[in-house]
Amino acid sequence: MINLDYQRATTVADAIRLGAEPGSAFIGGGTNLIDLMKGGVANPRRLVDVSSLPLSAIAPLPGGGLRIGAMARNTDVANDRLVRERYPLLSQALLAGASAQLRNMATVGGNLMQRTRCYYFYDTAFDACNKRRPGSGCAARNGHNRIHAVLGASEQCVATQPSDMNVALAALRATVVVQGRSGERRIPMQDFHRLPGDSPQVDTTLGADELIVAVDLPANAFALHSHYLKIRDRASYAFALVSVAAALEMRDGVVQDAGLALGGVAHKPWRVAAAEQALIGKPLGPETIAAASRWVLQGARPLEHNAFKIPLADQAIARALRTAGGLT
Amino acid sequence: MDDRHEITGISRRTVLQSASGSAALCAAGVSAQQSEPATAPVPVPSATVRTVALRINGRGYSLKLEPRVTLLDAIREQAGLYGTKKGCDRGQCGACTVLANGRRINACLTLAVMHEGADITTIEGLGTPQALHPMQQAFIENDAFQCGYCTPGQICSAVAMLGEHRNGHASAASPDLRAPMAALSDEEIRERMSGNLCRCGAYTNIVAAVRSVAAKSRT
Repeated sequence: MINLDYQRATTVADAIRLGAEPGSAFIGGGTNLIDLMKGGVANPRRLVDVSSLPLSAIAPLPGGGLRIGAMARNTDVANDRLVRERYPLLSQALLAGASAQLRNMATVGGNLMQRTRCYYFYDTAFDACNKRRPGSGCAARNGHNRIHAVLGASEQCVATQPSDMNVALAALRATVVVQGRSGERRIPMQDFHRLPGDSPQVDTTLGADELIVAVDLPANAFALHSHYLKIRDRASYAFALVSVAAALEMRDGVVQDAGLALGGVAHKPWRVAAAEQALIGKPLGPETIAAASRWVLQGARPLEHNAFKIPLADQAIARALRTAGGLT
Repeated sequence: MDDRHEITGISRRTVLQSASGSAALCAAGVSAQQSEPATAPVPVPSATVRTVALRINGRGYSLKLEPRVTLLDAIREQAGLYGTKKGCDRGQCGACTVLANGRRINACLTLAVMHEGADITTIEGLGTPQALHPMQQAFIENDAFQCGYCTPGQICSAVAMLGEHRNGHASAASPDLRAPMAALSDEEIRERMSGNLCRCGAYTNIVAAVRSVAAKSRT
């Protein structure tokens, strides 16, 4: 790890000012950033510690919904009484990720900013990685790409977003609240992470002078019928090959509202509005589930080693929706 | 290497430290060559040693260290508490697990400077050879280790894990997140301890040790 300066921010304004300076990086829990620094992938010259900012509260929003402070630790969010009661999907997704030790450190803001686990991005022994070195190529596209994207990828990058939390936030239609020098901005979860296109070095739409301050969850009636299904190579403490966040509002067996997002398949949580529409207003059954899955996976394109992800995702969507809807 | 003469005849630990130190320097050199500056290069700050006050096992330490020093390295190399182990040093194995204000964390993925004022507990702070912590006693009674390298991390992790369960924390193995937590099943223990790897594969006996302490603390 290269040498660096360290400064603990005491106010949000202070953090934004320090964070906007060249070479600065925010540090929350550090579980991803310090790992990247040890590997020489991230080389900030100054860390601005935002973990002790007063942004860790979890509180109801006026008019329903819940605001989760960006510095709330993953453990505290997963075990918060209101989150477990009203948004068990989010608790489930958080608890499916990492280990207890890491969840005790990791913050919500840091989890949103988590970088891909593509081996070629993580290992500086490989020259070609457009995400790490723009313009250098993509070693994964024709390399070992079993864990890579089947949706929304580009010629330049086939990396996936590794977070579980983000998939649940997408299905729950969360909003990321950010603050910059010109004030506050609200970014719908759907627009927070971006597709790689020809600039895969940019993971999100967060500005260089902006700090994530909170995540807002809208009021919904998904609590009784939601399920996070994570498929991975071992039963615990591994990243998803495919994951599904399924949230349903049911009345008399008919779907009133639906949230559906996939993890492990794209550069961002993969949510297709038409898939949710295919479920709404109909009884949950094999036909509507198949239709939703077709919408989600439309345009999926396998690489050499990850074709299995497409049928796996199809079956995982079906299982998650059936479990959420109480059909199993 | 120039320092070879200096380390001759010194303890094995000192030799190992020096060896890993040079390896780290080489690695840093390689990655510095390969990583590209983002836009306009920002110079690497020169070493800025600062004094960091840490409280470890109830004792105050005033350590002089650079901001990049991890909590793990500060505990081992500066405070001289070698019970906490460095396994992968990348947050994957759990050997470095310590408690920060009672919460288990990976000491390798956090900086010492971030823990000023925190209460750190390492394996040395849990029990003494004369008065073992119940979890240490249970690991011995259940033969819950072979080589023992992961054991301090396993024990710190298990102690915190039982506290989490007592406080109603859920896990991925909990059947219903909206219901109160039931007694710890073996499946729950395994899931909640999944951040601690044991290369010798002593898992069956580790689960038995944790189970025995959990059962005692319930009564």
